[in-house]
Amino acid sequence: MADFTSDFWHWYIAIISVLSILACVWLLRWMTSGFIKKDEVEDTGHVWDGDLTELNNPLPRWWLGLFYITIVFSGFYLLLYPGLGNFAGILNWTSQGQYEEEVAKTEAAVGPLFERYQQTAILDLTKDEEALKIGERLFINYCATCHGSDARGARGYPNLRDSDWLWGGDPQNIKTSILQGRQAAMPAWEGPLGGERGVDEVAQYLLSLSGRATISELAEKGKAKYEMFCIACHGPTGTGNTALGAPNLTDDVWLYGGSLTRISQSIAKGRNGQMPAHGDFLGEAKVHLLAAYVYGLSQEK
Amino acid sequence: MTNTETYNYKVVRQFSIMTIVWGLVGMSVGVLIAAQLAWPVLNFDVPWLTFSRLRPLHTNAVIFAFGGSALFACSYYVVQHTCHVRLVFPALAAFTFWGWQVVILLAAITLPLGITSSKEYAELEWPIDILITLVWVSYAVVFFGTIMKRRVKHIYVANWFFGAFIITVAVLHLFNSAALPVSLWKSYSAYAGVQDAMVQWWYGHNAVGFFLTAGFLGIMYYFVPKQAGRPVYSYRLSVVHFWALVFTYIWAGPHHLHYTALPDWAQSLGMIMSLILLAPSWGGMINGIMTLSGAWHKLRTDPVLRLLIVSISFYGMSTFEGPMMAIKTVNALSHYTDWTVGHVHSGALGWVALVSMGAMYYLIPRLFGRELYSLRLVEVHFWAATIGIVLYIASMWVAGIMQGLMWRAVNADGTLTYSFVESVQAMHPYYIVRTLGGAFFLLGAVIMAYNLWRTIADAKPVEVEIPEPASAH
Repeated sequence: MADFTSDFWHWYIAIISVLSILACVWLLRWMTSGFIKKDEVEDTGHVWDGDLTELNNPLPRWWLGLFYITIVFSGFYLLLYPGLGNFAGILNWTSQGQYEEEVAKTEAAVGPLFERYQQTAILDLTKDEEALKIGERLFINYCATCHGSDARGARGYPNLRDSDWLWGGDPQNIKTSILQGRQAAMPAWEGPLGGERGVDEVAQYLLSLSGRATISELAEKGKAKYEMFCIACHGPTGTGNTALGAPNLTDDVWLYGGSLTRISQSIAKGRNGQMPAHGDFLGEAKVHLLAAYVYGLSQEK
Repeated sequence: MTNTETYNYKVVRQFSIMTIVWGLVGMSVGVLIAAQLAWPVLNFDVPWLTFSRLRPLHTNAVIFAFGGSALFACSYYVVQHTCHVRLVFPALAAFTFWGWQVVILLAAITLPLGITSSKEYAELEWPIDILITLVWVSYAVVFFGTIMKRRVKHIYVANWFFGAFIITVAVLHLFNSAALPVSLWKSYSAYAGVQDAMVQWWYGHNAVGFFLTAGFLGIMYYFVPKQAGRPVYSYRLSVVHFWALVFTYIWAGPHHLHYTALPDWAQSLGMIMSLILLAPSWGGMINGIMTLSGAWHKLRTDPVLRLLIVSISFYGMSTFEGPMMAIKTVNALSHYTDWTVGHVHSGALGWVALVSMGAMYYLIPRLFGRELYSLRLVEVHFWAATIGIVLYIASMWVAGIMQGLMWRAVNADGTLTYSFVESVQAMHPYYIVRTLGGAFFLLGAVIMAYNLWRTIADAKPVEVEIPEPASAH
């Protein structure tokens, strides 16, 4: 892993760096050698603007000492750590190495714990206080950004505490959702439905499915359109299909908002909700615990 | 030979007045955005009033509008007084004033509109960058032209610092702002990935090092000895710390990129050069404070001198804190926390703003041939500002260290103890204290503005004849 395209740049950096530090030493030696006599403060004799003059006090010793200490420290640092071009330093330290070491240390410490949990069925974990606490901590750090620290979600981010599941709510389904992520694909229907009017009709029909007031004339026409375009994913009765992540349209739970405007928008423009995959990032054991925690939330009453 | 030539005070007056005006504007925006962090409702759901757009407006206003105007005013005043000549190319000097004000106005319009190159402290888009370049080159021509015409042999130390600041800022601005325009108000950086980050922080840290440090050391080197009526402590020290400072600052940028994709060797060099920078920085502090030897009693009676000396103390404190935070192990805790914000403000409020304000108290009465309206009000300003700074930086230390500790706290099972939002929640009281600190500092600035306004109300601009240089002895 070389940082330089050629040896020239290695030497360029190394030589300039060393010379620069030596230049500081030279400056200090030049300014302290020869012309200072102690206890003798001369005036440089320069005068500007009437009364601006300069004394020529010697460099304070403590200050000189401080300067030399930082220079000596730097010399040792460059011997021990990377800095002079390709020279890796005696300690062979890299930031990548430090990171890997810290990760390995943590893994060694907590690995067995997670290992044990991974061998336990998710349903059993939901009865294990300790496991649920770890699950909650993981949730707060990795899931709360979108789903909220109370797991009640937000517009576009599902509420995980209700019993309405887009992709299925049994433990294994939840685990798969976290592990592999989910990609929903509600197409934009404005064109096929014949523009705004068609969208309105279907929207009115959807309202009727969850028992809300509708303009029955429009809903009637919407029903016909629903049966042509929507039925494949959302089903004949509108209860959806967890295999496709197609939401249940009869329960009055609306991921993207339940007002007529928002429902119409979802129909017209489509929606593409995405749950990112966390398997590679968190590892299966942590996902296993998270699934237990999330499943537990949905069982709370 | 008698010299009846007068100083060009007009451009100095213009920049001095705008220093006060932009100071009030920039600090007010600062207090607003500090309050937004404590009470997000103050974003008002209006896009151009949100923190994200007002924050760059605040930084640009205080650094380049307030600080920049102070630097122009002081350097133009000092270079004339220490070279015993009138500023060369008066039309070009006038252009630097009007050009710089247009840059500031354009910034005040484009930044709230969300037009940004997204490079920190270099957010302005390419057409404004070009105008900055023209103003800056003109500034260099006027400044160095005046130096070349000087009637004294030696160049005064303040001018070394102003000169280094002007040259380096030109180089930094040109390289960092290199971009490919795609439309009038949109461009893409000429660099990609980690190289872009490195160029950005090479610029960013030297904006601190040269704009906010070298330039203001130039101010210190003139106004402190003048106000104290004492000689500069050590010529030799000024030589050493000047060269060491300008030489090592330029290396320090990578400490902003510790533990990132930047190669380890560059991080190491950035760290050690930041450490070596401690002594050169303190050299300036020593030279400033020790200039008072034999005149310490003046601190009791002269609040302007006290403002200047306290500014140097904050300079010393920030330049100790900086190298410490550049150490990788410290940085691993402090990076991305409010500690950094506190550190910047102990330098920005404590050093840059106070030394500028001290200089303005010296300068403005002289530019209008008046006595300062009220020393008592300077006293009140001094205490309001000092209390403000202490509240600000102390709350940010506590907040920042707490943030860092909360982020790295780990449970026995390897999970993080706190969620991010818990750390945000924990910041709330400190954000309120910080807002209060900022408000105190702003109050001080308002008192200063009132005091200086009363000083110059109905005064006429003065013409001052340039005295003969003293003959060398």
